[in-house]
Amino acid sequence: MNAVWVIAMKEIRDGIRNRWVAGSILLLTILAVSLLLLGSAPAGSVKADTMAVTVVSLSSLTVYLLPLIALTLSFDALIGEFERGTMLLLLTYPVRRWQIIAGKFSGHLAILAAAVLVGYGLTGVVIGFTGEPGSSAIFAYILMMGSSVLLGAAFIGLGYLVSVLVRERAAAVACAIGMWLGFVVLYDLMLLGIVVADESHNLSQRLFSFMLLVNPTDVYRILNLTGTNVVNAITGMADVAATMELNKSVLIMILAGWVVVPIITVVFLFNRRDL
Amino acid sequence: MIHLRGVSKYYADRPVVDRVDLSVYAGESFALLGHNGAGKTTLIKLMLGLCRPTRGEILVQGRKITGAGSGSVNVGYLPENVSFHDSMSGREVIRFYARLKRRSNKECDELLAQVGLTAAAGQRVRTYSKGMRQRLGLAQVMLGNPSLMFLDEPTSGLDPALRALFYKIIAKRTAAGSTALVSSHALTEIETSVKRMAILKNGSIVACGSMEELRCQAGLSATIRIHVPAGSTKAVAETLRDKVDIKRVNERTVDLNCIDGEKMEVLRHLGSLDSPISDVDITPVSLEQLYTHFTATEVSTGEGKIK
Repeated sequence: MNAVWVIAMKEIRDGIRNRWVAGSILLLTILAVSLLLLGSAPAGSVKADTMAVTVVSLSSLTVYLLPLIALTLSFDALIGEFERGTMLLLLTYPVRRWQIIAGKFSGHLAILAAAVLVGYGLTGVVIGFTGEPGSSAIFAYILMMGSSVLLGAAFIGLGYLVSVLVRERAAAVACAIGMWLGFVVLYDLMLLGIVVADESHNLSQRLFSFMLLVNPTDVYRILNLTGTNVVNAITGMADVAATMELNKSVLIMILAGWVVVPIITVVFLFNRRDL
Repeated sequence: MIHLRGVSKYYADRPVVDRVDLSVYAGESFALLGHNGAGKTTLIKLMLGLCRPTRGEILVQGRKITGAGSGSVNVGYLPENVSFHDSMSGREVIRFYARLKRRSNKECDELLAQVGLTAAAGQRVRTYSKGMRQRLGLAQVMLGNPSLMFLDEPTSGLDPALRALFYKIIAKRTAAGSTALVSSHALTEIETSVKRMAILKNGSIVACGSMEELRCQAGLSATIRIHVPAGSTKAVAETLRDKVDIKRVNERTVDLNCIDGEKMEVLRHLGSLDSPISDVDITPVSLEQLYTHFTATEVSTGEGKIK
């Protein structure tokens, strides 16, 4: 485990040095605080739970922002080292290839988790002291933070996948952008298009649910927008939640699968790669 | 220490390394020579397990190398044009690698001092010159005092003083029992700093051995230059005609070409001559001549392959 730790610490130090850590913490804090301030308007008039409102608005934006941060952190992780030639040297040290991936992943995940925990956590504490949230809303907020880290982890893994597959750094940039657009924006548009086009309702509810689950960002959305009753009341997604027939632990497992499968694939591909 | 048997590596059906048999023994300093693209770097990468052989067997320090394994504490490697993480300082770089080999910070400082980088250790690698990077590269090779060092073009682009320092450090390590495998274009340096060498051409080994062995294999002749009083070259040439191949350089100088085994006989003959020979210079076959001989186009691939 020594090698994993050494590599993880190097990634964290790099993150601190090139201001990735500070930048992403600042970004997520500003996002959370501004949503909190904006969100107090609707909460004030209908007496909705401020924390629950924040969960809804924050997770809706997290789904765009966090994958972007995660991909930017990770797309260069392998191809960058291949191109610079630093990987060549690293692999002659007593380090197994899976340890390099595990180390990088731990380091990048720590950076992302720190940003979520500090940025969203501090905001959560502020709401906790000022808004008197119910326990259900607190649970929803914690769930949102946890699943945000998981969503980030999934996109770090997907970023590595891009990084190990491409032969040039420029291609990795293009693929990462494409991946972000595909998962975060285009996939849902495509689903929407299918639903609109499917006038005769040939598409079964079950198939539609399945199609939502093959995209980690949709899993994250379902988890946070239908996660708890207090949130459902705000999003009006109680019906969706009921028909999905999925409980939270299953959704979390699926999201975790989106972390594990890409990472295992990356290790497999990396092991086969000649330098 | 290193044993390669029938090792080939193909990239897109093209052999980059072709049926190479090679043995390098413990405590030896060994050089891989060859043109650019002859397969030196690929051969080193194969021995380090950085890529898989298409065919053949590689044994390094008793371990079978199949590719994609982990490196060893006992192996050091200096890649051609070594690069490091630019945002780290020299000290941070060496400490990072040291931790992977579980070596101490104290050892890092000693190695930085050995390569003359102590003063610049706090600077970011981004600001380093080529020479400084190469010094840092050499320092990391020596981490953990490895018993086997692979140095790929270690002195290319370095000034003469730094080249000398490199070979001095490597010689010190091999004297202490380490094995060094160096690939290089700098033939004059290699000639004096390694015991044995292999010449690669189009991925195959065309010659392998010590300088003496290579001279014998090549059958190239050494040059004995004799200086005689003005006008007596013709007389001297006459007496030697049936003994050796002669070339008159000018009216005072004659070159005699003879293969290594005949040298003493020719010298004895010169000593017995009545003619007044004022001076004798002997120029042995240089590595450059041997290299040109073995890599010349008329030597077909695979010919002269020696275990």
